[in-house]
Amino acid sequence: MTTPNEGTRGVTGGQRPLVSSLPAFFSVENLGISFGGVRAVDDVSFEVSRGAVYTIIGPNGAGKTTIFNLIGLLYPASSGRIVFEGQDLTGTSPHRVAELGIARTFQNIELFEHATVLQNLLIGRHRHRRTNLWQELLYLPAVRRAELAQREAVEKVIDLLDLQHYRDSLVAGLPYGVRKVIELARALATEPRLLLLDEPSSGLNPEETDDMAYWIEDIRDGLGITVLMVEHDMNLVSRVSDRVLALNEGRPIAEGTPAEVQSHPAVVEAYLGGGDD
Amino acid sequence: MLARIAAPSEGGVVISQFVQLLLAGVAQGCVYALVALGFVLIYKATETVNFAQGDMMMLGAFFALTAGTFMGWPYWVTILFAVASMALVGMLIERIVLRPVLGYPAFTVVMITIGVGYVLRGLVTMMPGWGTETYALATPFADKVINFGGVVLAVQEIAVIGMTAALCLVLYLFFRFARIGVAMQATSQNQLAAYYMGIPVRRVNMMIWGLSAGVAAFAGILLAPFTFVHSNMGYIGLKAFPAAVVGGFGSVPGAIVGGLIIGVVEALSGLYLPEGFKDVAAYVVVLLVLLVKPSGIFGETATKKV
Amino acid sequence: MRFFFKTDYAQDLRIARHGGHVFWYGLLLAVLVALPLFVGEYFLTQLHFIAIYSIVGFGLMLLVGFTGQISLGHAAFLAVGAYTEALLQAKGVPFLISLPTAALFSAAVGVIVGLPALRLKGIYLAIATIAFNVIVEEIITRWEGLTGGNSGLQVKDVVLLGQSVESPTAFYYLCLVITVICCLFMINLLRSPTGRAFVAIRDSEISASCMGVNLAKYKTMSFALSAALTGIAGALYAHKLAFISPEQFNLFVSIEMVTIVILGGIGSLHGAVLGAAFIILLPQGIAIAKDWLPPGMAPTGLQAVIFGIILIAFIIFEPLGLYGRWVKVRTWFQLFPFYRRGMFKRQKTYTKSERLR
Repeated sequence: MTTPNEGTRGVTGGQRPLVSSLPAFFSVENLGISFGGVRAVDDVSFEVSRGAVYTIIGPNGAGKTTIFNLIGLLYPASSGRIVFEGQDLTGTSPHRVAELGIARTFQNIELFEHATVLQNLLIGRHRHRRTNLWQELLYLPAVRRAELAQREAVEKVIDLLDLQHYRDSLVAGLPYGVRKVIELARALATEPRLLLLDEPSSGLNPEETDDMAYWIEDIRDGLGITVLMVEHDMNLVSRVSDRVLALNEGRPIAEGTPAEVQSHPAVVEAYLGGGDD
Repeated sequence: MLARIAAPSEGGVVISQFVQLLLAGVAQGCVYALVALGFVLIYKATETVNFAQGDMMMLGAFFALTAGTFMGWPYWVTILFAVASMALVGMLIERIVLRPVLGYPAFTVVMITIGVGYVLRGLVTMMPGWGTETYALATPFADKVINFGGVVLAVQEIAVIGMTAALCLVLYLFFRFARIGVAMQATSQNQLAAYYMGIPVRRVNMMIWGLSAGVAAFAGILLAPFTFVHSNMGYIGLKAFPAAVVGGFGSVPGAIVGGLIIGVVEALSGLYLPEGFKDVAAYVVVLLVLLVKPSGIFGETATKKV
Repeated sequence: MRFFFKTDYAQDLRIARHGGHVFWYGLLLAVLVALPLFVGEYFLTQLHFIAIYSIVGFGLMLLVGFTGQISLGHAAFLAVGAYTEALLQAKGVPFLISLPTAALFSAAVGVIVGLPALRLKGIYLAIATIAFNVIVEEIITRWEGLTGGNSGLQVKDVVLLGQSVESPTAFYYLCLVITVICCLFMINLLRSPTGRAFVAIRDSEISASCMGVNLAKYKTMSFALSAALTGIAGALYAHKLAFISPEQFNLFVSIEMVTIVILGGIGSLHGAVLGAAFIILLPQGIAIAKDWLPPGMAPTGLQAVIFGIILIAFIIFEPLGLYGRWVKVRTWFQLFPFYRRGMFKRQKTYTKSERLR
């Protein structure tokens, strides 16, 4: 059910932010950005409740990864705002977003190639750092204690994702499937409250995708982390998602449970095309 | 560049001095432009920054010296000889030193070119007959002046500007009507894909180096009457980097424009600013440009898409 | 390759990971301390330079090898350190204060360079550092009232706690202690969060910032630390040379400094020391080679030619540098007779545009 949206945007497919009495855990309101005249993200609004898995789907070029980049403040949106746990993220920087407890994975794998897996994960612990430069230069006992604590935290993630075998390997030279897992591990190592997964199953075979599904469920149920996901694999989407948002050409076209969205006529049209081929 | 004292004429001492200085600055700028052009060509093709461009210019000047002054050949034959010889040297350098490091990170390749510069300088000083002496290159424009509205202008400087323009025209026609331009772009952005497209990447690279070295030799010949030919004359080539940045790194017209700007700024700061500023003028300008608009006048910025 | 069993996390944190490390580095330290008893004065003076250049190597390694930035103008920081030390000493400031001050002042200059450099990468950063070097050199030359301009400055021997450090042996111990301290600082840095942040910036700035690394802060910090180390080296350099002038800190010196890092092997502290030793001892070797030149060839250019050829040869044939070669040799011995030639082979890569990084 859609209600008319105020403003100049018009009625078709417009989304009104869900009104609730409690502030949402994470919400995006009227987000928009243009790249050289092309409106890549157009008036996107949605809310994610704490502890849920919220998935964004849409054909290629629909603006999904752009939304992630906007949330992570890699570049500023031209309109709208992003609110996380009551805090407006507008105008902050990527590292500040990470400090607040939002972590992300990258569609095209942005790992630290010339470092070991362990070092990659330890960098994920950066926001939990409590020592300063002078302490580290002298390697005071406080630093040693902090390092051991970080190591233990990282080992928990390694155990969860079965990466023990790769601990000391350099990332460059590891197979693609393992790197996707390391991306996930690194994001988990930051102990986020909100995890952004950008196409976690792309490039994975069915078994690896199955593992990924279990892990996402574990993350939500066992670790209590809220997940915001971009995905193409509709099986995975139906299996793990609580709510789904469908985008097309930067605009939202449907929102609801996986079943509702998958059967929504606008979604079917966007994926299969309006005319005949 | 030697600044000439103007002959006093009605009401125009300062103006004539200014014009002469401007001309000298433009002529010097042409040399910077050519050196910058040379390594922008290499950069566009292979994303290598050639720090040896100035030394290649120096070697080209020495080839010209040998042909023109030592062996007495006519000026235009000297130019052809020097450019052709240097083109060969450039291709050799690419083949021997740069091809093995195809695929290495840009920084290491830069260091290799720095090494090449050292080798060229050292070899020139070790050559019997060249050594560390300073030589004059015979040109048909030496000591000729023309009187233009009361201002005395050196023909040599006008010749530099004219010859630079001619070369630019030749290069423009070459790139406009040859497929090598597109091939260059492809290899500079993604070598593997270029290979798949059937572009003979290694041969294209070699030709670019040859072309670039030829342009450097040409620049050396134009510069020789002003700084004379000696083994350290390549140091001027360093100023071509600010020129390329100002114009927009990776842009061929940018290299030319940038070179001219640097040449003129240098000349004017020699006149109006206290001593010592002339030497650093180019570097101050480039720092300012890098702070304000690193992509320069004609350059484009590109960021990574994640 | 050594296989050893780890029993707790603390073991991974230690500097000396296992018994072998402790033994060999301990031995090295003992040899270094006992060295003046065995070697002549000339070799000691060479060691002075090697120590100083090692510190330079550490500084540059931090910036280039570990944080992935470029600096072709680091001689400027050497100059700042040298002149600060010289001027402070002339005013009677004790060494134990003037040395840290030189380091701090260099660090401040490093911040000045680092801040605008935040937006610059690759060749732009390289050109900016070259410009910076030239400008600093010019400022020192023009500010004659302070620096003596081209006529240079005399620098007296170090006066440490009232004692004048005159003899080569005494200066050697001073350099040795400072070098070891700098080395320890570097090691500590690399096994701490800050060091990891540097490495993250080197490999992927975007994902480093998404992991919470404040790019501006850490890049600037890297420049500052690198400058501080180079400033310390500069201070010792001033005392070593006893006379400093602007032309000793020009672009060619900067390039020499980068060569240390490349020859030694980017990304390793051992490399800095090995590279420094190589650079210092190279002219000696060349001087010997001069006798073999055919007549008619002037020997002046030989140093440049050999320097260039060695630089090129190392990059092409030994990209891991001297330390890499050492590791290969050591591995050969350790694995004998099972060493395979392809063990360290670089995977062939195709150049992708680094403009989009």
